[in-house]
Amino acid sequence: MSAHPTTSRFIDNATEALADPQLQRAMTNVRSGFIDKRAAVAAKLPEFEALRDSARDIKNHALAHLDLYLERYEANVTASGGHVHWARTAEEARKIILGICHDVGAKTVTKGKSMISEEIALNAALDAANIVPVETDLGEYIIQLRDEAPSHIIAPAVHLNATQVESDFRRVHTHLDADRDLSEPVQLLTEARQVLRSKFLAADVGITGANFLVAETGSSIIVTNEGNGDLTQTLPKTHIVIASLEKIVPTLEDVSQILRVLARSATGQEMSVYTTFSTGPRRAADLDGPENYHVVILDNGRSSMLGTAFQDMLRCIRCGACMNHCPVYHAVGGHAYGWVYPGPMGAVLTPTLLGVDKAGHLPNASTFCGRCESVCPVRIPLPKMMRHWREAEFERHLSPATMRSGIKFWAFFAKRPALYRFATSLMMNVMGWMGRDKGRFSSLPLASGWTDYRDFPAPQGGTFQSRYEARRKSTPNNGRAA
Amino acid sequence: MSAREEILSTIRRSLGVTGQEKPRLDTINERIASAPRGLTVARGQLPHAGQVALFKEQAEATLASVVDVDSYQDVPAAVADYLRQNNLPAQLRIGSDPRMAGLDWGKTAIELSHGPSDGHDLAGLNHAFAGVAETGTLVMTASADNPTTINFLPDHALVVVSAKDITGDYETMWSNLRAQYGKGQMPRVVNWVTGPSRSGDIEQVILLGAHGPRRVHIMVVKD
Repeated sequence: MSAHPTTSRFIDNATEALADPQLQRAMTNVRSGFIDKRAAVAAKLPEFEALRDSARDIKNHALAHLDLYLERYEANVTASGGHVHWARTAEEARKIILGICHDVGAKTVTKGKSMISEEIALNAALDAANIVPVETDLGEYIIQLRDEAPSHIIAPAVHLNATQVESDFRRVHTHLDADRDLSEPVQLLTEARQVLRSKFLAADVGITGANFLVAETGSSIIVTNEGNGDLTQTLPKTHIVIASLEKIVPTLEDVSQILRVLARSATGQEMSVYTTFSTGPRRAADLDGPENYHVVILDNGRSSMLGTAFQDMLRCIRCGACMNHCPVYHAVGGHAYGWVYPGPMGAVLTPTLLGVDKAGHLPNASTFCGRCESVCPVRIPLPKMMRHWREAEFERHLSPATMRSGIKFWAFFAKRPALYRFATSLMMNVMGWMGRDKGRFSSLPLASGWTDYRDFPAPQGGTFQSRYEARRKSTPNNGRAA
Repeated sequence: MSAREEILSTIRRSLGVTGQEKPRLDTINERIASAPRGLTVARGQLPHAGQVALFKEQAEATLASVVDVDSYQDVPAAVADYLRQNNLPAQLRIGSDPRMAGLDWGKTAIELSHGPSDGHDLAGLNHAFAGVAETGTLVMTASADNPTTINFLPDHALVVVSAKDITGDYETMWSNLRAQYGKGQMPRVVNWVTGPSRSGDIEQVILLGAHGPRRVHIMVVKD
């Protein structure tokens, strides 16, 4: 899916998602799980809010000196015996990785979970080159069996139920006893562990992403709970890290500050189970670890985001809190967004990577409730940036004709306050009178997008403006509660 | 222009800099040289005995098991206890860390295999570089003494940590690591391990024993 984005079909995708009972059942797990866990673990750390400021400031500092830190990082990787490769585009990144795989005669590649790998559609390129990619994160493994894209950046299979995973395992693991019991999730986990263990041991190359790159030491960092990333990078002779360039942080202390908000924001853990700092290939005396260590640094449009209204987006540490707290994501799931990055962070990032002409619908998929910004560990002003995209979409005449004429119709009144007040109070009176029996409308002309899914309440009393005015006159404190 | 040069020059154009400005270079050199600690988290700022107690409490909260041992001489018996209690065969994968390889394992029935794990060991033993009290995190450093595969392949990861190596926070651990390895120098891999392997990928239910160890058993050697 990542090779062929369906971002321009967002409205159709979302409509289908709302009518999908399996998806709707699975999405209840997001609504109930992530939010409570994050709130509980944040409440246990008095410094949590101050650490969010600290994480934001560190990322801002790193971005303001990105060229210099990248050079320092590269020098330190080289000094530790590793190789750094630079890729302007997804295609260049694929070419570099295929080149390394060919050089070592790779037949199978194990992979740790990496969103950058999804962004550059690496698995399709490996397949085409007759190299077998094996996803090893449980969620990624499941969606690879289903030939699907991840629907969440940290929980790729969150759109699925256990019964769906069971039928996929029965379909693919045909070498196992057909009568085995897979009714419990732990049995599915155990089966995946057994099947993948031999693949870890047999792989020629291991590919992981990176949560951070440390300039001070030339280290790449992965954060996982399963341990799959570590087996991926420890057992094969060659380890390839694929990372986008904004992953740079200056020092080990800086990354430690950010790690304190990452797991708490993502999964509601105090710390993920495995945080791994890798620096170059195995040393002379070592008995295990990769003999070759490569890092591919991907730009893919990010360097041009610096100095623009979207620079703050490069602070993102991919925790997924914004989508975990987004009512639109809860309703439609990640696949509706049509590409690699869903939810609020995807609604901002995807138009910058694919173009507003292809992904302009996504920033409209927001109620502007502001929960995404309120939980973002690096305080990215996501609603503000979605508004930037809406303006860009409107200015470039990319939004649909009905929306454009609707906004123009509203603007005509909004620019004429007296007329606006007169028209709205007339409307309130008429609607209040028409709806006086039932107190609600089950259908309204031009408003089926609302009334198809819920009733519209009939107005009671005056408009907001008239009530505000009346209250202001009757209380000494200018209408505000004392 | 090479990809590297083009990417760096796009960054510089976007930031409105040339890359030659001395104040910017001074800023990053100073940042890396001084490695400021940032915000201090109060939780781990305790007397050392309190840090050791907090480490054990936090590690248990991540579902690791923890026992105290009085001295290194008592480690083989503690390992034998664990294997027996969990109905495991008396077999153990171990590196060449002199603090453990030189112990009197002959007092127990444990059969040792040395070197990295090949993925067929039920139990393995490594020595931690440090423990961090704040989150009950073990810090493992790669070497022939403590091969990384032993941290990940056996079902049961047994780990010895010396109480004197337990710090309150990550930052103190990093300064200890720099003191041992040198500024800017890192072991090939530093693994932070906080509890046994787990996954929430099926319906967001947390299950232990995904790809790494199903159990982590920590033996804290007293000062």
